[in-house]
Amino acid sequence: MSMENKNQIREKYDVCVVGAGHAGCEAALACARLGLETIIFTVSVDSIALMPCNPNVGGTSKGHLVREIDALGGEMGKNIDKTFIQSKMLNKSKGPAVHSLRAQADKAEYTRQMRNILENQEHLTVKQAEVCEILAEDYDGSIESSDSIAMKKITGVKTFTGAFYECQAVILCTGTYLKARCLCGEAITYTGPNGLQPANYLTDSLKSLGIEMRRFKTGTPARMDGRTIDYSKMEEQFGDERVIPFSFSTNPDDVQIDQVSCWLTYTNEKTHEIIRANLDRSPIYAGVIEGTGPRYCPSIEDKVVKFADKERHQVFIEPEGLHTNEMYVGGMSSSLPEDVQLAMYRTVPGLENCKIVRNAYAIEYDCINPRQLYPTLEFKDIKGLFSGGQFNGSSGYEEAAAQGLIAGINASLTILGKKPIVLDRSQAYIGVLIDDLVTKENFEPYRMMTSRAEYRLLLRQDNADLRLREIGYEVGLVSGELYESTLRKKELIRKEIERLKNTVVGAAKENQDFLISHGSSTLKTAATLAELICRPELSYNILQEIDSGRNFLPADVIEQVEIEIKYEGYIERQLRQVEQYKKMEKKRIPVDLDYNDISSLRLEARQKLIAYKPVSVGQASRISGVSPADISVLLVYLEHFSDKKTYHED
Amino acid sequence: MKTDTIAAIATAMSDSGIGIVRISGDDAVIIVDRIYRNAKGDRILTKYHSHTIHYGFVVDEDEKIVDEVMVSVMKAPRSYTAEDTVEINCHGGVLIMRKILELVMWAGARLAEPGEFTKRAFLNGRIDLSKAEAVMDIIHAKNEFSLQSSVRQLKGSVSDMIKKMRAEIIHEIAFIESALDDPEHFDLESEGYQEKLLLMISQLQKRIESLIQSADNGKILSEGIRTVIVGKPNAGKSSLLNELVGEERAIVTDIAGTTRDILEETVSIDGIVFRILDTAGIRFTEDVVEKIGVDRAKKAVEEADLVLYVIDSSVPLDDNDKEILEMIKDKNVLILLNKSDLSPKITEESVYMAVSDARKFDESLDLPDRREEQSDVKYKNRIIRTSTKEKDGIELFVKTVKEMFFHGDIVYNDEVYITNVRHKEALQEAYGSLIQVKESIVSKMPEDFYTIDLMNAYGKLGLIIGEAVEDDLVNEIFSKFCMGK
Repeated sequence: MSMENKNQIREKYDVCVVGAGHAGCEAALACARLGLETIIFTVSVDSIALMPCNPNVGGTSKGHLVREIDALGGEMGKNIDKTFIQSKMLNKSKGPAVHSLRAQADKAEYTRQMRNILENQEHLTVKQAEVCEILAEDYDGSIESSDSIAMKKITGVKTFTGAFYECQAVILCTGTYLKARCLCGEAITYTGPNGLQPANYLTDSLKSLGIEMRRFKTGTPARMDGRTIDYSKMEEQFGDERVIPFSFSTNPDDVQIDQVSCWLTYTNEKTHEIIRANLDRSPIYAGVIEGTGPRYCPSIEDKVVKFADKERHQVFIEPEGLHTNEMYVGGMSSSLPEDVQLAMYRTVPGLENCKIVRNAYAIEYDCINPRQLYPTLEFKDIKGLFSGGQFNGSSGYEEAAAQGLIAGINASLTILGKKPIVLDRSQAYIGVLIDDLVTKENFEPYRMMTSRAEYRLLLRQDNADLRLREIGYEVGLVSGELYESTLRKKELIRKEIERLKNTVVGAAKENQDFLISHGSSTLKTAATLAELICRPELSYNILQEIDSGRNFLPADVIEQVEIEIKYEGYIERQLRQVEQYKKMEKKRIPVDLDYNDISSLRLEARQKLIAYKPVSVGQASRISGVSPADISVLLVYLEHFSDKKTYHED
Repeated sequence: MKTDTIAAIATAMSDSGIGIVRISGDDAVIIVDRIYRNAKGDRILTKYHSHTIHYGFVVDEDEKIVDEVMVSVMKAPRSYTAEDTVEINCHGGVLIMRKILELVMWAGARLAEPGEFTKRAFLNGRIDLSKAEAVMDIIHAKNEFSLQSSVRQLKGSVSDMIKKMRAEIIHEIAFIESALDDPEHFDLESEGYQEKLLLMISQLQKRIESLIQSADNGKILSEGIRTVIVGKPNAGKSSLLNELVGEERAIVTDIAGTTRDILEETVSIDGIVFRILDTAGIRFTEDVVEKIGVDRAKKAVEEADLVLYVIDSSVPLDDNDKEILEMIKDKNVLILLNKSDLSPKITEESVYMAVSDARKFDESLDLPDRREEQSDVKYKNRIIRTSTKEKDGIELFVKTVKEMFFHGDIVYNDEVYITNVRHKEALQEAYGSLIQVKESIVSKMPEDFYTIDLMNAYGKLGLIIGEAVEDDLVNEIFSKFCMGK
């Protein structure tokens, strides 16, 4: 496959990152920042941190991920703060757990800025080349440590030109490029997104290493020439008046920019008629597409078929950047042929005369079944091989970046001889994301949703720094200075809550008048300020009038104080659930456990456990087909053999 | 680390004599303290020393005495589970034991999973490590059995009702969650959603309440004491069933052979659940249809825990009666001499003789006869004169049945009661979660708080029909709501 050349280039790095999308960028930056010599490969340097689909960063639950990435020392939040052109906090009228930031990005700027960061990162080399082979040697993991069953160990990668890069760890972030195929009706091209060069060789190399591959698909809508759109027929959608930055280290004053608008319009019966009439020309309905697509961002033809009773579907027209006329047509991704696309788009109010710059298309690509990974994102069978992003069967820039960051951190920590990190489901959305990927059966590209986080009241976007800065600091990606400031913030919050809980307000007339004036019932007996904050009609700021002992506090501290007090009952309930959950997470399962020895396990459970090799009893309990009784049996078995190779509770 | 406290009935449910309710865990003493009073009526369980046994009473929520008991306290680690353990020795009746178990749960314990005491004993080092294999087998077997019986016992109508409620709940969660996930697409602020949800929850609560009541009188499970009514045609079997059920369920006419098929009713007599099968009258004929009925009755008798043999006392015994006696001689039988309002042609004595004959015939075959324990005197008490028409003797009949039950003469699968308690616990938890949702709505919490407790209710109801939560929500969201840009 790769060219054999006598004058082969041979170089040596600590880490090779394959792919420079959102996962690859975070992975490479994390490794380099932790001091490891890192090289990142991309088929095109111009496509670093490319946003080949929607022009957004964040959104419900994805905004949480970006915040968490930032708290851990990742780059995505900072980069979008530098390059956004509109920003909105979603769900503001709902509870704090579901507030989510979403920004419109200037795509070209986003890419340019990230490329700039990569190019100027110490210990990081950017290389345009297609990696064709992953090289590994035989290895007996169990000799080196009791927690390894790996039979192979990474030695390096080979590129198409035959160059060999020796390394200790490889991080695969190949996105949608592996054996990529784009479909636009009958027109099929064998390219990556945006017509970029695909990676056609790596899949076979991975298969020969024993890795189980599968095929997913996704899609993107057309881009329009903005000059051909009649916005007067659409509803204008503005950004927030006061923009909140993604990064905890961005000064909020720096993000108060002039924002651009997005536009809302709708499909109609005419649109749907055209789609229905041409379904036979859709590669999905014609059976040409083999990959599994995501249900959460269905193509317009899927929406029309599955929700036939809906008279219209929303269409969002969003700018792709400040220096282009291209507009993204959110809500109408499609793989119908070009002529059908044009006819269909032109039925939408405001798009009657539109010209398409880039056609909508569906893309199919190779990825893995992520149950082959540990929650550290290292392959169970191949020491030193990590992966992140769409390659792991996820979808979305933010999901990719989050995994890239964790894969980068863990590849580095492993090489440095330190213990890798695993965020659990009670610590972060990132923990939920990775646990879901490596534990549950996913039959479609996985997207984050707030409903997937069972402890979401604790995993708010507003407290990501309080949850994760410390971990970022211990890993080495967060500076001591930033960490100190988080500690100070925590202390201010603690003290203020204590003060509010201990400050009693009497039933004096001025207090009663104050309450009446805010539509609140009067006091029969004295109450604490904290109790008053719990009333839905009152808030920390409103209470200023009757709270003379108050010191000036930063807005982010006040926000935390208010949330902690107002939702205390619910938060405490979740904390109790977390306690239960952690008990099972702490019960580790030795990696070499032979489930065939445990005859009392039901057959289905045994097969699943063998396939997934869970690291903890907690993880085992989340595998579908493993019942509570199986878990009891497993606990008894582990207890019996605790004198052998078991990890003890950590 | 604090462990939660579990409770279960440690003795077989149907045994006569002493029954034991066992409570184990960190709060075992505190929990039992809430429902135990000593002979003077004082609440002093927490003051007792370890490994002592005390006489006193179990009281209910209203301090009313439920039973006279002996309570033993065994503090950790010197107990079966190596945890603080309290055992309540009570009088052993199924109803009493169930009531005490429910009170213990009301006071804060959780119903033990099958095999959980053994599991805890093992994990706490009380059972030799070499027994691990055996312990795992016990857990496995008990769970399998419990699962099977739980699903098998659940009435189709109940499981349909629970499925329906779950579908409604998950739909509502999906509606809210899709709005939270795609706020530009779905609007929760639409008029009166809160009111609509409150209404729906109230309706769900009513349905759950009625299920809890059904659980109390056993109607949630299709098992109970399998009771079969047999007799010649027109002896008054259906009338008896109607009398017990309290409604005109079986067709009653004066024409012999009206009940061709087997009718089934679940009846709770003072809390003891009977699953009563009314059979076609037994008359040994050539009529094909009637023959089928007789065969069915025979089969039902074979599987029965209790047989009610109804005899028309205004007609002399004949060969058909002999056949019937032959059919039921190995069973627990209660004989009703019905139609006592008409001039009797048979006496208790003659029936008793007939019964003895049938049984003696058995003895002559030299079979190991465990029925010897049941003295013939006892059998005499099992012949009752009734008139279903005049409602005479019914009370005596009920009293006799209860006595038979409490003396352990009627033995049947006790798993039913445990399952029932488990279901009730799940129903009550689901109900509690719905109350929480209501509170969230009334106290003007944002919508995302509703789904937390709705999800709990959904999960708890799922336990009853043996369904885990898995990816139900995500699937519901994607299948019912058109998501995504």
